[in-house]
Amino acid sequence: MNKTMLTLTLTTVGLLTAVATGLAISDDDHREHRRSTTPRADVDPVTNSFYAEECGSCHMAYQPGLLPARSWNVIMTPAALADHFGDDASLPDESREAIGRYLSANAADFSDKKRSRSFAKAALGEMPDPAGGGPRITENRYFVRKHDEIPLRLVTGNPEVGSFSQCDSCHGRANDGVYNEHDVVIPGHGRWED
Amino acid sequence: MTNRSRLASALVTTGLLTWSAWLMAGDPAAGAAAWVKEYPQADGSPARSCVSCHGRELTRPGSQVNTGKVIKPLAPSVEPARLTDPAKIEKWLLRNCRWTLGRECTADEKDDFISYIRTQ
Repeated sequence: MNKTMLTLTLTTVGLLTAVATGLAISDDDHREHRRSTTPRADVDPVTNSFYAEECGSCHMAYQPGLLPARSWNVIMTPAALADHFGDDASLPDESREAIGRYLSANAADFSDKKRSRSFAKAALGEMPDPAGGGPRITENRYFVRKHDEIPLRLVTGNPEVGSFSQCDSCHGRANDGVYNEHDVVIPGHGRWED
Repeated sequence: MTNRSRLASALVTTGLLTWSAWLMAGDPAAGAAAWVKEYPQADGSPARSCVSCHGRELTRPGSQVNTGKVIKPLAPSVEPARLTDPAKIEKWLLRNCRWTLGRECTADEKDDFISYIRTQ
């Protein structure tokens, strides 16, 4: 009797394990599939058309979730905008304040998106420096860590890219807030695999 | 014609005259010359002119010299929306004069640029 019980128990445990493993594998497959075909935004896309128009006329309209609010607030001061990383990006006060409000309200530290959280966490304790335009996304510690294996010749030395600030040169869906590393294609080089 | 409607039409005419005077105020040739004038930079960066970003040919797209982002042609003949929004014109003239010339442009200089662009 005891022997039968033991056999039954072992069989049940075995079956359950097999089913659980099967589920785990299919779930993994599903996730892998979704990742390679329709990656979801890991930073909330830009939703403010005024910001997209005003700032996007010179450079990619970076998602607010790429910097914490206090960094955006420094970038959007009149003095910082007048020397905006080497350009004059001065705005009338009304526009400047409207854009500033959008950026800080949707900043990395107010986002629940995974990658925005990482940007916010990495910027903790940093004092945004207003010199030369203010803090740069490309100098955020999380950003630097995520890009430190890429040889400079493929970015700054690559005439088709030129700078780490050109997100959409390699992240084809950067404008949709998709920065998945499996989606990276470096112009003149090809797919980037870690 | 009542007095009121006479006044109204006089006001409209004055308005139109002021508007066209503003349109005609600049000197396209002076604007064209100012367009290519280069301003050396104290910090050792390359000399700047309007051409740095917009190019010499206004009917063709330009490219933001720092970011490489494409700038649509300035010529109204190919981009009809150009020069239709006064606030936009002021915003860009303010920024771009400061960045290129190192100072704000005078009203005459701005008129010259606008009248030159208008001929393109």
